[in-house]
Amino acid sequence: MNATTLLVVIIGLTVFGYVIGRMRSIKVSQGTGGPSSLHSLPKYYGYMVALWCGIPALILLVLWLVLEPGILRSLLLDELPTTMSTLSENELSLVMNDLQLLADSGRIDAETDPHKKAAAIKLLELNSTSELMRNVLIFLVALNGIIWGLANVKIDMRARVFVERIIRYLLILCSLVAILTTIGIVLSVLFESIRFFKSVPITDFIFGTEWSPQTAIRADQVGSSGAFGAIPLFAGTLLISAIALIIAVPTGLMSAIYLSEYASRRFRAVAKPLLEILAGIPTVVYGFFAALTVAPFIRKFGESIGLNVASESALAAGVVMGIMIIPFVSSLSDDVISAVPKAMRDGAYGMGATQSETIRQVLIPAALPGIVGGILLAASRAIGETMIVVMAAGLAANLTVNPLQAVTTVTVQIVTLLTGDQEFDSPKTLAAFALGLMLFVTTLVLNVIALHIVRKYREQYE
Amino acid sequence: MVETDINMRTELMESTQVQSVDRSDTKVADMKQQVNATIGEPFAKDPKMQARQVNVYYGNKQAIFNVSLDLGKNEVVALIGPSGCGKSTFLRCMNRMNDTIPICRVEGNITLDSEDIYADAMDPVLLRARVGMVFQKPNPFPKSIYDNVAYGARLHGLAFNKAELDEIVITSLQKAGLFDEVKDRLHEPGTGLSGGQQQRLCIARTIAVSPEVILMDEPASALDPIATAIIEELIDELRQNYTIAIVTHSMQQAARVSQRTAYFHLGKLVEIGETNQIFTNPKHELTENYITGRFG
Repeated sequence: MNATTLLVVIIGLTVFGYVIGRMRSIKVSQGTGGPSSLHSLPKYYGYMVALWCGIPALILLVLWLVLEPGILRSLLLDELPTTMSTLSENELSLVMNDLQLLADSGRIDAETDPHKKAAAIKLLELNSTSELMRNVLIFLVALNGIIWGLANVKIDMRARVFVERIIRYLLILCSLVAILTTIGIVLSVLFESIRFFKSVPITDFIFGTEWSPQTAIRADQVGSSGAFGAIPLFAGTLLISAIALIIAVPTGLMSAIYLSEYASRRFRAVAKPLLEILAGIPTVVYGFFAALTVAPFIRKFGESIGLNVASESALAAGVVMGIMIIPFVSSLSDDVISAVPKAMRDGAYGMGATQSETIRQVLIPAALPGIVGGILLAASRAIGETMIVVMAAGLAANLTVNPLQAVTTVTVQIVTLLTGDQEFDSPKTLAAFALGLMLFVTTLVLNVIALHIVRKYREQYE
Repeated sequence: MVETDINMRTELMESTQVQSVDRSDTKVADMKQQVNATIGEPFAKDPKMQARQVNVYYGNKQAIFNVSLDLGKNEVVALIGPSGCGKSTFLRCMNRMNDTIPICRVEGNITLDSEDIYADAMDPVLLRARVGMVFQKPNPFPKSIYDNVAYGARLHGLAFNKAELDEIVITSLQKAGLFDEVKDRLHEPGTGLSGGQQQRLCIARTIAVSPEVILMDEPASALDPIATAIIEELIDELRQNYTIAIVTHSMQQAARVSQRTAYFHLGKLVEIGETNQIFTNPKHELTENYITGRFG
């Protein structure tokens, strides 16, 4: 019986626990005047028994699955020759993988190395013992849970309170998952970044104006400049994001105003989903569009008025990115403007304000927090966007504010660094983590600033 | 019975709150037959606004049936009647606030100083500056007290410099009887005031535009008795300078503040007359039932 089957068994027992708990509560109540004499409704007693059955068993199962490999390994190490114990952690896990594969392959007899053979046989034994122990133990825990739960079904047992409390813990657990994931990501990026800063000084990275991350693989290699100055990348990111926001914010906001205030209900029902489709187009497709349609158009147009435009320009990437993020601004703004109470509109109209005056002076200020929220969402999409920039803006790390030149962004460089042909602990690949960390900090700071601005300037209605 | 329900439902479109739901449905349905023509004198000697044969429809449903009514200069006209009877709808016709409801259609003739307010030449924006409105629920803008009152003056370019604007704001607040309470915190948010103060702020905001007529849609229904008394006194003072129409659910309020009272029932103007006469000697059975509290 593997873990999946065991899970099904636990769920089955839990359902059984619910049914029997409910029945038991009704039976218990019969001596004292029917179910209405119970503290809670019968179903809560059912839930209580089910929770007593399911939750301890599930916790045990999860613990077992997490801890089992480590325990097995330490047991197995005794079988292996003493030379093995001097191996590093990474090499040891390779050996373990090897043994596991051998044990699963069913061809242990064909193995020539006697040590390996013995270890693999031992591993098989351990595996089956562990599985049996696990299944029996968990089954007993689940059963015990049912019995304990049933014993607790009494007239004055406050089953509803108990169930509500468990539900609250479940909700807390779910929100913890998101928080812990964020912390985990930050920490993993942080540790790699620290390794990077051991080989490249942090000041060179933050204040350096040259980005050329070629490091030598062999000592005699040429062209390995290895300059890790992040400023051109952040400048490129900001330039492209700024172009995108300049396109997206006015367009998105105005289309939101049209949709919420002027458009007929039927037009809105059609136009809003259509606009939201823009957000659903894969960014690779936007990349095609930028590289094959917009960029050549901008170059030809620039040449016709005598400007020198690179064939991969920040402008092309920024414009297309701007189009992509319009729905983030428009859809959210539309919702918050529509949510401003009718009393506000009545008040303004009743004073003789025109429709545009009402929108400008009453609705927008009242909806400001939501609008800024939409813009922030759009901005973080723009800063994090990779594909469009790879295809339309190029890889050249120029430090420029000229939108007609090729620039590159932080995310694009992270991609090229990690897909490059390098060892994983070289400064080149580690630089990707440092860039990621910087990007994270930048967007965090932007968010904090924006929230502060909103809190200061918003006009809150009741 | 079904038709009664439909008429009751227009209530929702008027966006007024359901305050008292009529439970004697069958009785109302019987009496509906009796309302043919308005009893009493709907016309004023010195009219400011005149409504003639007004019909209002929300989509296919008719909310107002052939109502004719004058608002005389410097008088307070109270519009009373059970919920959903069309009094708020009628009020909102007087400054074309119903224009903001797409499915609403108004027929008939309404004039302000003999000018047709539904004529093409009439700009609803300018009309609303001349015919101001105070709503049931206080709805100050989420701005400072000062900006709330200055809003209309700025909108219509009534002040050419800061001093003039200050003057308008202060006199309006004084007229609304709010200045002494807020003079030290003019730049704090208007939404931070109490309900009664907010409603007086909304009245000050309306006065600041120097309207000729003020329409009040249950201005005191969300307020406690003390705040209500202050508002009522205010209405009586405002009568010196403005023409006022007030919708109210409180019979006592109508009796206290108004010179004439109009009783609406299911979209029809049943009876209109001097307030004294309506409350002491109503001519129509429906009016009598309503003011004696037998239904509504």
